[in-house]
Amino acid sequence: MMDAAHPLAGTAAELVWLVPLLPFLGFVVNGLLSLSSAYLPGPLDPSSDPTAGHSGHTGEFASVQMTHHGHRHRWEPLVTILGPAVVIASFLVSAAIAWAMLRTGADTPFVQTYGTWMPAGNLKVEWAFQVDRLSMVMVLIITGIGSLIHLFSVGYMREDPGYPRFFAYLNLFVVFMLALVLGANYPVIFVGWEGVGLCSYLLIGFWFSDQANADAGKKAFIVNRVGDFGFLIAMFLMWSNVGALDFAGVAAKASQLPAGGAMITAICLFLFLGCAGKSAQMPLYIWLPDAMAGPTPVSALIHAATMVTAGVYLIARSSFLFALAPAASLTVVIVGGITAFFAATIGLKQWDIKKVLAYSTVSQLGYMFVGVGAGAFTAGVFHLVTHAFFKALLFLGAGSVIHAMHEAYHEGHAHHDDAQDMRNMGGLRKAMPFTWAFMWIATLAIAGIPPFSGFFSKDEILGTLFARAHDSPLASATWLGIPGSTILTAIYGLGLVTALLTAIYMTRMMIYTFHGENRSDAKATPHLREAPWIMTGPLAVLAVLSLSGGWLNIPALVAERFPVGTAELLHHWLEPVVGQATAALGGEGHLPASTEEALILVAVGVAIAGIAGAVLFLKPARLTRAAAAPPERGVAWVLANKYFVDEFLNKGLIQPVVRVSRAVLWRGIDVGLIDGLMVNGSATFARGVAWVGSRVQSGLVGNYAWAIVLGVLVLVGMMTIR
Amino acid sequence: MMPLDLSIPAQLTTAYLPDLVVMGGGMLLLLWAVWRPESEAHSRSVAWIAMGVCLAGIAAVLWSWNRGLTAGNGAIAVDAFRWVTDLVILLGMLMTLAISVDFNQRMRLLAPEMHVLVVLAGSGMMLLTAARDLMVLFLGVELMSVSVYVLAGIDRRSSRGAESSLKYFLLGAFSSAFLLYGIALVYGATGSTNLVTIGEAMSTPAVSGSPMMMVGLALLLVGFAFKVAAAPFHMWTPDVYDGAPAPYSGLMACAVKTASFAALVRVCLEAVGTGSERWHLALWWLAAATMVVGNLFAIQQRNVKRMLSYSSIGHAGFLLVAVTAQTTEGAAAIAFYLVAYTLATLGAFAVVVAMNGGSDGVTHVDEYAGLWTVRPGLAMAMAVYMLALLGFPLVGGMGFFAKWYVLQAALHASAPQTRLAIILVLTTVVSAGFYLYLVMVMFMRPRPEGLAPPPPATGLTRLVIATSVVLILAFGLYPSPAVKVAQRSAAASFAPAAPRPTASAVAP
Repeated sequence: MMDAAHPLAGTAAELVWLVPLLPFLGFVVNGLLSLSSAYLPGPLDPSSDPTAGHSGHTGEFASVQMTHHGHRHRWEPLVTILGPAVVIASFLVSAAIAWAMLRTGADTPFVQTYGTWMPAGNLKVEWAFQVDRLSMVMVLIITGIGSLIHLFSVGYMREDPGYPRFFAYLNLFVVFMLALVLGANYPVIFVGWEGVGLCSYLLIGFWFSDQANADAGKKAFIVNRVGDFGFLIAMFLMWSNVGALDFAGVAAKASQLPAGGAMITAICLFLFLGCAGKSAQMPLYIWLPDAMAGPTPVSALIHAATMVTAGVYLIARSSFLFALAPAASLTVVIVGGITAFFAATIGLKQWDIKKVLAYSTVSQLGYMFVGVGAGAFTAGVFHLVTHAFFKALLFLGAGSVIHAMHEAYHEGHAHHDDAQDMRNMGGLRKAMPFTWAFMWIATLAIAGIPPFSGFFSKDEILGTLFARAHDSPLASATWLGIPGSTILTAIYGLGLVTALLTAIYMTRMMIYTFHGENRSDAKATPHLREAPWIMTGPLAVLAVLSLSGGWLNIPALVAERFPVGTAELLHHWLEPVVGQATAALGGEGHLPASTEEALILVAVGVAIAGIAGAVLFLKPARLTRAAAAPPERGVAWVLANKYFVDEFLNKGLIQPVVRVSRAVLWRGIDVGLIDGLMVNGSATFARGVAWVGSRVQSGLVGNYAWAIVLGVLVLVGMMTIR
Repeated sequence: MMPLDLSIPAQLTTAYLPDLVVMGGGMLLLLWAVWRPESEAHSRSVAWIAMGVCLAGIAAVLWSWNRGLTAGNGAIAVDAFRWVTDLVILLGMLMTLAISVDFNQRMRLLAPEMHVLVVLAGSGMMLLTAARDLMVLFLGVELMSVSVYVLAGIDRRSSRGAESSLKYFLLGAFSSAFLLYGIALVYGATGSTNLVTIGEAMSTPAVSGSPMMMVGLALLLVGFAFKVAAAPFHMWTPDVYDGAPAPYSGLMACAVKTASFAALVRVCLEAVGTGSERWHLALWWLAAATMVVGNLFAIQQRNVKRMLSYSSIGHAGFLLVAVTAQTTEGAAAIAFYLVAYTLATLGAFAVVVAMNGGSDGVTHVDEYAGLWTVRPGLAMAMAVYMLALLGFPLVGGMGFFAKWYVLQAALHASAPQTRLAIILVLTTVVSAGFYLYLVMVMFMRPRPEGLAPPPPATGLTRLVIATSVVLILAFGLYPSPAVKVAQRSAAASFAPAAPRPTASAVAP
C-alpha cells in the first residue's frame, strides 16, 4: 500500500523499481549477445584443447586462456560497456534513494506495491518492495561492491569466449540479490533467494565442460536445497500460525504467539536452517569451498560479499521473530561460533589461495551469525558490511595474483603448474606492489588491527557477546538445559581463539604468496607483473573502504577519547529496524568502561599475537613447489583434508542413500511398481480403450448419424423419463 | 453506462455495431475479391483487408465496451460477456487469416473468397454471442456453419477436403434440424423465443415440468453439443479437422467453439436458470462423457491434426464442466479458458502449417521427430502449446490457470461438482499421454535420415507463433489482469443465479 503521508513519497525512493530493472536489462542484452556464440565448443572442452594432456595444471583459467588467448568475443566492446554500466547506474539510483532517506530522516519502511502475485483465498502475496534503512544498506553494498567487481571482471574475463554469458549471469545475479533484499514479504525474498541460488549454480559451473566445475555447481545447488526446504517450512508455519507473510503483518501478529513457545522457536529454527544453507554454516558449509571452482570475481561477489550474507540479512530482517525465541537465538550463536572456529582451523592448512579465503569466509560468516544470534543485530550487519569490503578486496587480490601467475606461465612458455597453489608463488611483492599493499590492508582488517574496519566490527560482536553473557534476557534463557550465560561465555572464548587463528592463517597466506623468494618456474618468473588498471582500480577503492569502513560505527568509548567523528552511526541508522528486538534480547545493560577497554586490549593483543606468531614461525624458504611437496602428516594431514567431512558424508550419507535409491526406490518401486504396474498397466488399458475408439470411428457418415440419434435418445430420455 | 432502447432503429444499429462492421466489411470484401482474376497477389491483398476488417471489428467492440452500452430485454444482448467472447473470436479469425496466407501459397490455393468466408463465418459467430433470442441464435449458427462447411472443402483438388466438407455439411444439417425442432418446442411451451422471457416462464412449475419443454431443451442441447463437439455428437470432428485445410481446422476448433460456448452459456444462465435438475444432469453426463472420450481416444492418434481434434473434444469437455457449474464464476472461467485454448490450439495449427511443405498428406507425428535439432524455434513453440493444452504450470503458461479456474468454478458451484473435478483431473493426466508424447518425439527422437527439414516459416506465421507463445507465457506468469477482465465481464452480464433448490440430491 502506498502511504501518501510517508516522507519518502515523491522522492527518489519511488524509483526503487529501477534498481533491479537496470541490471535486468543488462542481463537481457548480454544474454542475447551470448547466444550469438552459443554453439562454439565449450571453453574447457578437452577435445578442443590439444594441450590438455599435460599434468599438474588445474584451477581456473587452466586451459581456457591457453587455447583462446587473443580470441575475444565479437561483442566484447559492447559487453564491456554495458555489463558494468547497468550496475553502476543502479548504484547511482540507490545512492539517490539513500540520500533521500538521509534528507528526510524517514525511519519507517516505505513499501511500494507493483501488483498482486498470488491471490488465493485469504492468502494474498504482492509484488512489493520495501525501502527501509536495513534494505538500503544491503542495496548499497550489492550495487556498490557489485559495480567494482563488474569492473574488475572486465579485465579478468575479457579473453574468455563466454564473456557475454558471464556478464549476463552476473547481471542476473544482481537482479535477484536486489529482489532478495528489497522484497517486502517472505515469498518475494524467496524468489530472490532461489534466483541467487540459480545464478550461483550457473556461475560456479561457468566452465562447465570440466566435470569438477559442473559437480561443484551441483553440490552447491543440492546442499542449498536442504536449506531452502527449511525456509519453505518456515513460511508454511508462518502462514498457518501467524496468518501473514509480509514483514509488517508478521511483525504485528507474531506477538500473539506465546513468546519463547514451541511454534515461534520452530519458525525461527527453520528460517535459520535456510540461512545456514545459503550462508554456509555448519553442517551445510561444505558447498562453499567447492564453489571456488567458479571465476574469482564470482567468488568475490557471490561467495564473499553478497549472496552468502543473505542468511545474516534474513535473520536481521526477521529480528522481531528471533526476539520472541531466545532458544532459537542461542542456537544461532552456537552454530555460528562453532562454524567460525571449525572453518578457521581448516583454513590454517590450505594451500590453494582461494580455499584459504573460502574457509575464512565461512569463519567470518560464523562471526556474523554470533552477532545476530546474540541480538546484536547492528554488530552482525556491521561485520557484514566491513567483511564485504575486505573480503571482496582479498578475493579480487587473489584473482589478480592468479591472473598474473597464469599469464606468466603462459608468456614464459613454462610448464603449467597450479596457478592457485601458494607453494608455487612467493615473492610476488616485487612484481605486484599494489596488489601486495592492498591485500595487506585487507589482511590487517580481517585480523582485527585498529584502525582497520574489521577491528571495529569484530570487536563489537565480541564485546556485545561478553556483555550479553552477564546480564540480559538472553543469558537467563536456557538451551537444552544449559544456561544462556554459560553458552555466551563459551562462545566468546571460542571467538577469541578464532580471532587468533584468523590472524595466523591470513598472515600465512600473505607471507607464502608475496614474501620470500619466487618459487614459480624460472621461465615464468620474469613475466610476473601487476594487473591492468581496470583490475587494480577497484582494488584501490576497496582498500580505502577496508581502511575506513570502521568509521561507520565507532564505539562510543573510542569516540569519547579520540576526535574521530560521531559514534555509532550505523547503530543509530538501524535503530528503527532492529532496536526493539535488540532490546528484547539484550536488555539495557552496559559494560563499565574499564571492562570494555580491557576487552578491546585483549582482542587487539590476540590479533597482534597471531600475526607475530605467523611471521616468526612460518618460513617461506622451507616450502617446496606443489608438485614436489611431501605429503602432510598428523594434525596437518587432518586439517589439509578438511577433517574428512566430505569423505565422511560421502561414505556415511551419500553412498547409502544412492544404494537404497538404486535397489529399492529405482528397481523396486519405480521400475517394478510404478512403471510396470501403474504406468504401463494404465497405459495399456488406455490404449485398449483408444483402440476401441478408433474402431468405432469408421469414417462412414451413416454410422455417425446413428451415433447422434443414439445421443438424442439418451438426452431426451434423461430429460423426460422419471 | 448507456442503456439502449432496441426498438429504436438508430439505437439498435449502435447495439449491433461490431457485427455490422464485420458483416459489412465481409460483403464489401466479397465485391473486391471477385473484382480481379485469381492470383497470388490478389489473394494476399484480400487476406490483408480481411485482417483489417477484423481489427476494425476489434476497435468497434472496444468502443462499444468502453462506452458501457447496455440494453434491456431485446433480441440481442449488449453486455461485457458478449464483448469478451467477440474479442476471442476476432483473435481466432486474425490468427487464422494470418496463417492461411502462407498455407494457401504453399498449397497453391488462390481463391480469394476463402478470406471472405472467414469474415462472414466470423460475423455469424458474433451474432451467436449476441443472441438473446432463439431465432437470432439460429441465424448465427447457420451463417457461421454454412461458411465453415465451404471452408472445409475449399481445396477443390483435395478429395479428403471434399469428404470433410460433405461430412460436416450432412451431419451439420442433421443436427441443425434437431436444434430448430428444439426451438419450436420451447416456443410451444413458453410462447416466446426470447431467452429472458423463457427464463421467467421456467420459474413456473407448469412450464419447467412440461414434457414439451423438456424435450425442447434436450434437442436444443443436442444442437449445441454438435457444434462444440461433445460426445457422443463428436464423431465428425476428427474426420473434418483432418481433411480440412489446417488454418480452417484451427478456425473450427477455436472460433466456432468459442461462439457456440458463448451462446450455450447465455442459454444456460438466462433461459434455463438453475431451476431444472434434469438439464443439469444432462450437462453433467455430457461433460463427463466428452472429457473421457476426447482424452482417451486421442492417445492412439499418430496423426497430429487428428490428435489436435481429439484434444479439442477433450477441451470441450473441460469447458462443459464450467457450464455445468451454472454460475457466473463458471462463465468467467469459460471466457478465460477460451483465450488460453484459442492461443494454444491455433498456435499448434500454425506450427502444423509451418511444418507443411505443400502436400495435402497426413500430418504424421514422425515428421516431428527430432524437430528440435532442425527447427528449434518451432519445436519450442509447439512444446509450449502442448504444455499449455495439458495445463502444465509455468512453462504451460496460462493453460494451467485456465484449468485451475474451471476447477475452482466447479468446486464453488452451489452444488460442488467434486466428481466432475476428479474426472477433469484424471483425464488431464491421461491427456499427458499424447501431449507429452509429441514433445518427446520432437526433443528426444533423432531426426530420421533423409527427412528434409520443414521449409522456414515466413513472416505472418512466425508472428502468430511468436505472439501466441509470448501471450501464453506472459499470462501464465501474470494472469490476474486477464482473470479480472473475465470475472468482471461475467459478473456484469449475468445476474447471480439463485441457488438450486434441492441441489445436493442432483449430482449422480
